[in-house]
Amino acid sequence: MPAKKGTKEQMPDWSQYRGILVFVEQRNRVPKSVSWQLLGIGKKMATKLKAPLIALVIGDQVGEIAQEAIYYGADRVYLCEGPELKDYRTYPYSRITLNLIRECKPEICLFGATATGRDLAGAIATHLPTGLTADTTQLDVEPPPSRLLLASRPAFSEKMMATILCKKYRPQMATARAGVFEALPRDPSRTGEIIRIKNEIRESEIATKIIEFIEEKGKVHLEEADVIVAGGRGLGGPEGFKLLKELAQELGGEIGATRPCVDVGWISHDYQIGQTGATVRPKLFIAAGISGAVQHTVGMQNSEVIVAINKDPDAPIFQIAHYGIVGDLFQIIPALIREAKKRKAAKQHGASLFRS
Amino acid sequence: MLHIVVCIKQVPDSREIRIDPNNNTLIRQGVPSIVNVYDLHGLAAALRIKKEYGARVTVITMGPPPAVKSLKECISLGADEAILVSDRKFAGADTLATSYVLTKAIQKAAEEWGPVDMVFCGKQTLDGDTGQVGPGIACRLHLEQLTYVGKIIQIDLKKRRVRVLRYLEDGIEAVETNLPVLITALKEISPVHRASLSGMIRAARYKPPVWTTASFSHVDYNQIGLKGSPTIVGKTWVPKVRKVEGEEIKGETPEEIAIQLFNKRNVQEQLGWL
Ligand SMILES: Cc1cc2nc3c(=O)[nH]c(=O)nc-3n(C[C@H](O)[C@H](O)[C@H](O)COP(=O)(O)OP(=O)(O)OC[C@H]3O[C@@H](n4cnc5c(N)ncnc54)[C@H](O)[C@@H]3O)c2cc1C
Ligand SMILES: Nc1ncnc2c1ncn2[C@@H]1O[C@H](COP(=O)(O)O)[C@@H](O)[C@H]1O
Repeated sequence: MPAKKGTKEQMPDWSQYRGILVFVEQRNRVPKSVSWQLLGIGKKMATKLKAPLIALVIGDQVGEIAQEAIYYGADRVYLCEGPELKDYRTYPYSRITLNLIRECKPEICLFGATATGRDLAGAIATHLPTGLTADTTQLDVEPPPSRLLLASRPAFSEKMMATILCKKYRPQMATARAGVFEALPRDPSRTGEIIRIKNEIRESEIATKIIEFIEEKGKVHLEEADVIVAGGRGLGGPEGFKLLKELAQELGGEIGATRPCVDVGWISHDYQIGQTGATVRPKLFIAAGISGAVQHTVGMQNSEVIVAINKDPDAPIFQIAHYGIVGDLFQIIPALIREAKKRKAAKQHGASLFRS
Repeated sequence: MLHIVVCIKQVPDSREIRIDPNNNTLIRQGVPSIVNVYDLHGLAAALRIKKEYGARVTVITMGPPPAVKSLKECISLGADEAILVSDRKFAGADTLATSYVLTKAIQKAAEEWGPVDMVFCGKQTLDGDTGQVGPGIACRLHLEQLTYVGKIIQIDLKKRRVRVLRYLEDGIEAVETNLPVLITALKEISPVHRASLSGMIRAARYKPPVWTTASFSHVDYNQIGLKGSPTIVGKTWVPKVRKVEGEEIKGETPEEIAIQLFNKRNVQEQLGWL
């Protein structure tokens, strides 16, 4: 029957496309945590769609990562190994991923919004071709029958959010920011299938050669920290961060900063949290001398517990804080350091005694 | 001589965009248009190669006629030619459709001024903010692709190899590949110099060639504009600040406050003290 005017647009038959594919990124056999975060959000969506969660692991001797992917939620893992796949290079990685997508036809493909993820996803989306939404911070699916990916991302310097849809092409693709989504707890009792795929590309066919990789060792990875003690302009100078560092060390965490502190050189950009810095979701976030501008809070508002210390009771940061302390950070922070030290000492002492 | 194409986009300076709190819409009025910053750095890198190795630099933008302003800026900085690719039928393009049209334009530039050895794009745009157009072009033209390049170390014209540094989240990668290549530029790739007087004079007189759908020997209308764009914008909204029912921790002394805070069960839990 011809579709009548005014009736719903006829959708192509996508019934062959099922499942959510997550590209698992690694460097030197160390998986990137964004991959597990993608499996976490992928699992939620796969459950809604009653579809499998699939992972793709590419590298040299990365079988263990494939196993890990199962522990983090994948039902099925495709594993492609070879010495020429040790480092990411666009040509071999994109060919392998493309072939897999064409063969196993996932309805959704997710990549980290990292240099590697963006490089790879951009190439693949053009090859297929299909739509690709960059840098998403919210992902959801419409339940069947539409099974549409609702890929939302900030726009206009985080001032707006937009949901991007890809109705007429499959798979639907997105890259997602690191640190935004939550990984499932690692569960070594989880089982799944690992399927090896062959790499057909020889080293001689790859024009690009990696000369060397200089890891930035001292580089902080705020995304991985469980506790972050962050400071803003209220610190008044670089010395303020020494104080925060002391508290962070007592609590087993890292320090973080707002942009103005970075701009005037109190601390390096590696520590910046927010729109133009890292997105973090630690278990505990302590904000000291931070007003709570939206460009900062987008990067930390998903922290488990937020403590704000500010001498201005009307500072917007208090609106998102679970615990607010109105006061001078130069009095509060040293008191927190002393108290934390006390408790640690007491705990060590206590551990050696019998408890009733 | 090398032929380098630089893709630039004129964008609203998104830092200047405000939200109207009454109706949650964007206030675009009075927002200045600029050349996307990363693209300017890409152009600067191309001009440096021109100086060092000799090259012809062609700038291309797809956009509405006011983008001529940005093309003239590129001429003033030292580009040899700056093309406006503009047609109503191109409007509404997402990154897939954009990379299709830019690919057509690069191919045409190659026909006019010789084979293209390097294409520069910015790391990403300030408005689209995807970083997908560069890889899209590389894929369509079968170019080697080097993204997030912070430094060009050397170009070996005989072997037709280029060596660069890519600045990644976890470190710096030194990598080498064949020409022709597509590079996406970070700010670090080259500082942007000021226009010379002769450049400004040339720019003032310069009239960018305008290429429309009719300028290309073959255009697949299903691949351009809205029709060629798989992604569409669903809803947009202004994010609300996540308000939590916070609790104020009060005390006579900082010590008291510290004790109270660390007595909170969920704080102890998150710290792993339990
Ligand atoms: C395009 C764009 C991108 C941006 N990206 C980011 C980003 O990624 N990250 C980011 O952080 N910002 C970013 N910003 C900047 C952001 O808008 C704010 O300007 C910034 O977050 C404010 O930093 P702050 O809270 O440290 O400083 P302020 O707003 O100056 O706040 C300082 C606070 O310290 C308090 N204070 C002062 N002294 C004390 C004391 N002794 N004890 C306790 N409290 C005290 C004050 O009451 C005040 O609330 C961006 C801005 C733009 C336009
Ligand atoms: N309309 C356009 N015209 C010319 N170049 C563009 C256009 N859109 C994007 N680009 C190039 O592609 C890069 C990445 O853009 P985007 O994928 O939109 O973030 C930009 O920095 C430009 O170099």
